[in-house]
Amino acid sequence: MNSHATARRPASERSRDWLRQNLFSSPANTLTTLLVLTLLAWLAGRFFSWAVLNAVWGQASVATCNALMGQGACWAVVADKWQQMLFGIYPQAEQWRPALAVLVFCSILVLSAMRACWRVRRLLVLWVGGSLLCAWLMAGGLGLTPVPTALWGGLPITLMLAVFGTLFAFPLGILLALGRRSSLPILRAASISYIELVRGVPLITVLFMASIMFALFLPEGVSFDKLLRAQVAIILFNAAYLAEVVRAGLQALPRGQYEAADALGLGYWQTQLLVVLPQALKITIPAQVNSFIDNFKDTSLVIIVSIFDFLYAVRQAVISDLDWRHYFVEGYLFAMAVYWLFCYTMSHYSQWLEQHLSRDQRN
Amino acid sequence: MHHSAQVMPATADDIIHIAGLDKWFGNFQALRNISLTVKRGERIVICGPSGSGKSTLIRCLNRLETHQAGTVIVDGIRLNDSLKNIEAVRNDIGMVFQHFNLFPHLTVLENCTLAPIWVRKQPRATAEAAAMKLLERVRITDQAAKYPGQLSGGQQQRVAIARALCMAPRIMLFDEPTSALDPEMVKEVLDTMVSLARDGMTMLCVTHEMGFARAVADRVIFMDQGEIVEQAPPEIFFSQAKSERTRQFLDQILDR
Repeated sequence: MNSHATARRPASERSRDWLRQNLFSSPANTLTTLLVLTLLAWLAGRFFSWAVLNAVWGQASVATCNALMGQGACWAVVADKWQQMLFGIYPQAEQWRPALAVLVFCSILVLSAMRACWRVRRLLVLWVGGSLLCAWLMAGGLGLTPVPTALWGGLPITLMLAVFGTLFAFPLGILLALGRRSSLPILRAASISYIELVRGVPLITVLFMASIMFALFLPEGVSFDKLLRAQVAIILFNAAYLAEVVRAGLQALPRGQYEAADALGLGYWQTQLLVVLPQALKITIPAQVNSFIDNFKDTSLVIIVSIFDFLYAVRQAVISDLDWRHYFVEGYLFAMAVYWLFCYTMSHYSQWLEQHLSRDQRN
Repeated sequence: MHHSAQVMPATADDIIHIAGLDKWFGNFQALRNISLTVKRGERIVICGPSGSGKSTLIRCLNRLETHQAGTVIVDGIRLNDSLKNIEAVRNDIGMVFQHFNLFPHLTVLENCTLAPIWVRKQPRATAEAAAMKLLERVRITDQAAKYPGQLSGGQQQRVAIARALCMAPRIMLFDEPTSALDPEMVKEVLDTMVSLARDGMTMLCVTHEMGFARAVADRVIFMDQGEIVEQAPPEIFFSQAKSERTRQFLDQILDR
């Protein structure tokens, strides 16, 4: 449109042109732009004055909050209830234990995200050691008061279900994806059936099956921990989705890669592990992270089988208290912030990972 | 099938023995009753129009393609469904592809040592030392730590040749190794192949580089529509081709 709109002119001029071309090109456009901007500014202003200016910060009594008559946010509810929000019905005197467990768990995640730790033995030590430590902190025994899993709740549950739900689903998903592309008809049929069956069913159904129906098939007296059953259900569920993610990566590889591996005499597993999967998994990092973020948020569905995840713990902490029960919006916003923090970190890490892994290989 | 009864035992001199080979892709017959014997150390150039089955033929030698009828015996090992035989034959044969097919996630050196370490079970240090020698031979040592994507096409193809040589094969197959290269890079790859031929490697090259054929081939084979139409030493092949089809083809590619 603008004949001298070249990249050489200063940025301020270019952005001015962009604005003119895209937002103010005609009277109608200008009007719409102004209306939308006004509306957005008004909404943002309202929210800001509610959430920040008029809000009650820090420890405060219910009466202080009630006095605001809804004109400001009552963050005091979070200050008052944060322990219960984070750790649910875990015995209050022992809540340092889930707090420490979450800290240890997040450290495992951060450490394994760093390149220095990308050695099989290091990762194995980190994960096995870290997980056992978390399990001991949560369950007790060996000097700590035992706490049954029925009393676990909040963030540790959400983290555990999401992270192990993806970690163990991964190898299973890879096997299913390879099975689906196998030349052995029975293996292929079994993989396809499994993937399509699981993908055709909502997670809630799978959780119900694991929680209620599974027990019907077991001999009397035999039972597995309910939390463990839900965890296994989530793993099996995620595996079907990850299988499709991995399959997309496998299909993206040119046939020449397989032929070169064949011609060099590499066997099936050597070809998959040394040539195919390293490339296929790298291509699909964005889809994997997407899938993990999905899993992370989907864990809130476990409430359907009475497992108290983070979101439920937040809700329960607020509405079970007669004084504070009107301030659930603040509670949910707090939950939102925590979920967002995790998901945003993950998506940023995945971008870094993608760039980092392709860095050496570019020209 | 109809030929399997009359296979001649490969003599000590014959490293490849093909008899009555038929290959179909669905209803399309890609190879028709091919019989071919290659002596140890022999250099063969296979040419022909596209779709004539020349690539398919050499791909049948290391079982990248399965054949439906006939016999293929490589270094005394019969190619059939036996995985053990396929593995043994692939251990004997190195292959260079049109599109290089290097592993993009591995460095040049890692590309060369992957199979020696995992298939031959060589210690890493041994494999690396051997790989560096071969990279030196294809004149690419200074790029050993780079990734394939950082090299030119000609360099990549030379790495692909070194990678195949790292398995110390007795036979090398070249499937149009210069067709995907920019013209100025063809020579460096052909030079490498010539030096390999001079060292006595058994080679089967699918290529249209007739200069190469003249310089090193013991025999030139012309294929059309899945058949071997004519085969002769280059000096005879280029001047006194018997078949009309061969002469037509030569006229086209030699531009005479």
